[in-house]
Amino acid sequence: MKLLRPSKAGTYESNDIYLMLFPGSSGNKLELESVVYETYGKQIKNVIFTTLEAIGVNNVLVKAIDKGALDFTIKARLKTALKRGGIDV
Amino acid sequence: MEILGYKKDYQLFNGVDLNKKTKFITPQKNNQSKAKVKQNLNDLFSEIELKDGMTLSFHHHLRNGDYVLNFVMQEIARRKVKDITIFASSLFPIHAPLVPLIENGVVTSIYAAFISGPVASAISEGKLQKCVIMHTHGGRARLVESGDVTIDIAFIASPTCDKLGNITGTIGKSACGSLGYAVTDALYAKTTVALTDNLVTNLDSYEIDKKYIDYIISVDSIGDSKGIVSGTTQITKNPLGLKIARLTTEIIKHSGYFKNGFSFQTGAGGISLAVSYYLKQLMLEEDIKGSFASGGITGYLVDMLENDLFEKLYDVQCFDLEAVRSIHENRNHLAISASKYANINDDCIVNDLDFVILGATEIDLDFNVNVTTTSTGEIMGGSGGHSDTAAGANVTIVVSQLFNARIPVIKDKVICKTTPGETIDILVTERGIAINPLRKDLYERLKETNLPIKSIAELKAISDNLIGVPEEIKFADKIIGVVEYRDGSVIDFLYKKSK
Repeated sequence: MKLLRPSKAGTYESNDIYLMLFPGSSGNKLELESVVYETYGKQIKNVIFTTLEAIGVNNVLVKAIDKGALDFTIKARLKTALKRGGIDV
Repeated sequence: MEILGYKKDYQLFNGVDLNKKTKFITPQKNNQSKAKVKQNLNDLFSEIELKDGMTLSFHHHLRNGDYVLNFVMQEIARRKVKDITIFASSLFPIHAPLVPLIENGVVTSIYAAFISGPVASAISEGKLQKCVIMHTHGGRARLVESGDVTIDIAFIASPTCDKLGNITGTIGKSACGSLGYAVTDALYAKTTVALTDNLVTNLDSYEIDKKYIDYIISVDSIGDSKGIVSGTTQITKNPLGLKIARLTTEIIKHSGYFKNGFSFQTGAGGISLAVSYYLKQLMLEEDIKGSFASGGITGYLVDMLENDLFEKLYDVQCFDLEAVRSIHENRNHLAISASKYANINDDCIVNDLDFVILGATEIDLDFNVNVTTTSTGEIMGGSGGHSDTAAGANVTIVVSQLFNARIPVIKDKVICKTTPGETIDILVTERGIAINPLRKDLYERLKETNLPIKSIAELKAISDNLIGVPEEIKFADKIIGVVEYRDGSVIDFLYKKSK
């Protein structure tokens, strides 16, 4: 599925994540900043990529600024951003 | 293993209360000179010789408002003195000007009970040529009286000083209240210098006696007394924090130690302050009056003193300006020295405590607590009075959210062991409380209540399930410092992180 327009979801509040999505061309890409990058960076990347794949999104650039969100928050914010970008989740 | 700049015959921590000593240096100073006042630091250093390798002491009652350390060290650097050991009770972000002095070898070693800000970062990056020694508040007094550390020159930030050298912290434009950590320095240093911005002719009541003071320098300002209110001094508004505080108050109520004459200490963190708030309600409801509260004193405890809920406050350091006002006005609000507060070899106040409420960055399955580094291993904090009060109090309670912003409090193993688990009795989180298995007596009493008692492993499982297990932080082999327990034994080492 294709992202029709740039979209965003989330906040900069502690325990949340702010996501910006842009239509891309060569696969899913992620630029991640996180307050827990050292301890949970891999886990956050994993959650974002598997969620995108499960929905069938292939060409999206995700810019994520994470303030310590848990996996279910990350998934929920990502799905909302995808919907706002025109993808039927 | 030899650590550069640290005693070679150090002992490793081997249990609480094993290394008490009875032999001390007795302070002999009796300086009755009437000509102690010097014009400025230039004048002073033309009289006392500065040498490479000296140990200079400072105290932190002006906290993040302190101007004295930077003022003195600027002059030391200008005079091209090198290899200085800073023996400070604590260092704060305001002491950032120390960083270039660490980088160019003017300062090569640091002792402190607490370090935050740029100096902590510089040490974590391995910039000190020798090492950092993180002690406790009581351990600092022990270091000096035992002769482990000899202070060459002590600099006392003095809110008011008379021309003979008597010092008080309770009055003056930079009033900070108690001078508890500075007392030991004044008594034992080879040379003691008072820096003041309120030089008066005569003081009738004072905390530090003139006979320990060798020189007095009048300066424009020793600091910003608003800066002593650094860190949290407000009750938390976070509902999870409030829940933890209510659970803690329930524990106090049913612990068996909550009766007339009980004693209490808490820090200035948001949850700890909320415990003071709920405890006050409980004491009024149950008509229970306490004997004393101690430690760093806040307006919340002053309020309880003024409402006759406690008979006395023992104050080693004022955390806010309400406390400063009270220590000046109220004769039941008493300044105490760091030694009287927490020195393992002294008849110290912490041994008389029933309850102490403490924080934690990390706690492990054996209840060992880290308050020295962040959860990713950078120095950010230190024991302060944490290990001292934990060892002394009948009931030591650690309060913390189980996790916040994906940072868990319970780990398999703490990055740095600041306070040994055998001195921690209960962990209180919003999702349950864990009682140290060593305290069967507390478990027996509390199991009769509705309190959500779990094992610490069960609490950790809840946390791991919700947020996942964090990846392990990697450290290089290079030791950058030691953590000293209150008896002077080494309870842990500090390492530089690997790149």
